[in-house]
Amino acid sequence: MAAGVADQQQVLASEWGGGRSPFAVGWPKFMMWIFLVSDTLTFAGLLAGYGVMRLSLGRWPIQFEIFTIWLVSLMTFILICSSATMAVAVGAARRGDHPRVLRFLLLTVLGGLLFLGMQAYEWTTFIREGARLFGNPWGIPQFSATFFIITGFHGGHVTGGVIYLLITAIRWSRRRIQPESVEIAGLYWHFVDLVWVFIFTLLYLL
Amino acid sequence: MSEGEHSGGDRSYVVTWFWLLVITILEVAIVLVKVPRALLAISLMTLALMKAALIMAYFMHLKYERLSLIYTVVVPMFALAVILFGFVGPDALSVRHLRTR
Repeated sequence: MAAGVADQQQVLASEWGGGRSPFAVGWPKFMMWIFLVSDTLTFAGLLAGYGVMRLSLGRWPIQFEIFTIWLVSLMTFILICSSATMAVAVGAARRGDHPRVLRFLLLTVLGGLLFLGMQAYEWTTFIREGARLFGNPWGIPQFSATFFIITGFHGGHVTGGVIYLLITAIRWSRRRIQPESVEIAGLYWHFVDLVWVFIFTLLYLL
Repeated sequence: MSEGEHSGGDRSYVVTWFWLLVITILEVAIVLVKVPRALLAISLMTLALMKAALIMAYFMHLKYERLSLIYTVVVPMFALAVILFGFVGPDALSVRHLRTR
């Protein structure tokens, strides 16, 4: 009995305050996973709304005649590359390879900035062709509305990710953070890539 | 990190990157050769899910986490997909039939 009470007090005093770390990861990393699951619901809601509108309308502009598929494919390629460089940075952080982490974090930031630049170019072209949030020359207002909202929301996530990675890089170079923090930043960045996989497929290709 | 030695290192990232690239090229190719609409939708969704699985398993290291964490992340996604495709999809189609009638 006494051992049980002592055990409980120990558990309550631990970081988890109520369990024996059932997931075998630190709490910051677990919190990031929980956030990513909930953020998935946000994007799932947006993409489901897009799907419902498109299916219920029955007609939709042919995206290939409006967007440059090569530009979008290149954006996808850049995001995949930046995800790979992020993974290398996380691996280097685990091994304690200090300069390599910084180099690959900055490469990832560069990939994110390239992606954002190309998205800005794409939006500019689209707006110059007459697309607005609530109307466009192709006669289906939902087409440009869903495009701006979904790619805008994703672009916002990329922008946030670039800032997050820059802060991580600065803090890493000053040796203020543990390898786990780089790994958590990596989880967020891979998630942004993961969401783009579905946006690329559903908004541009299908 | 205790799972560090099992994760395969940078080589596994290069292999993952390569396959993501191959699947992306495949996706664009399928669209360009113009297959029937239903086949296009099914193959594109399959390829997208393959990419998602690759990113989660290797880039996000989920493959090397404890099973409880894997289930915590994957089971809600599975339930969500069932609800969206099973209930919301047919609803959208019935709205379309109401409109065209």
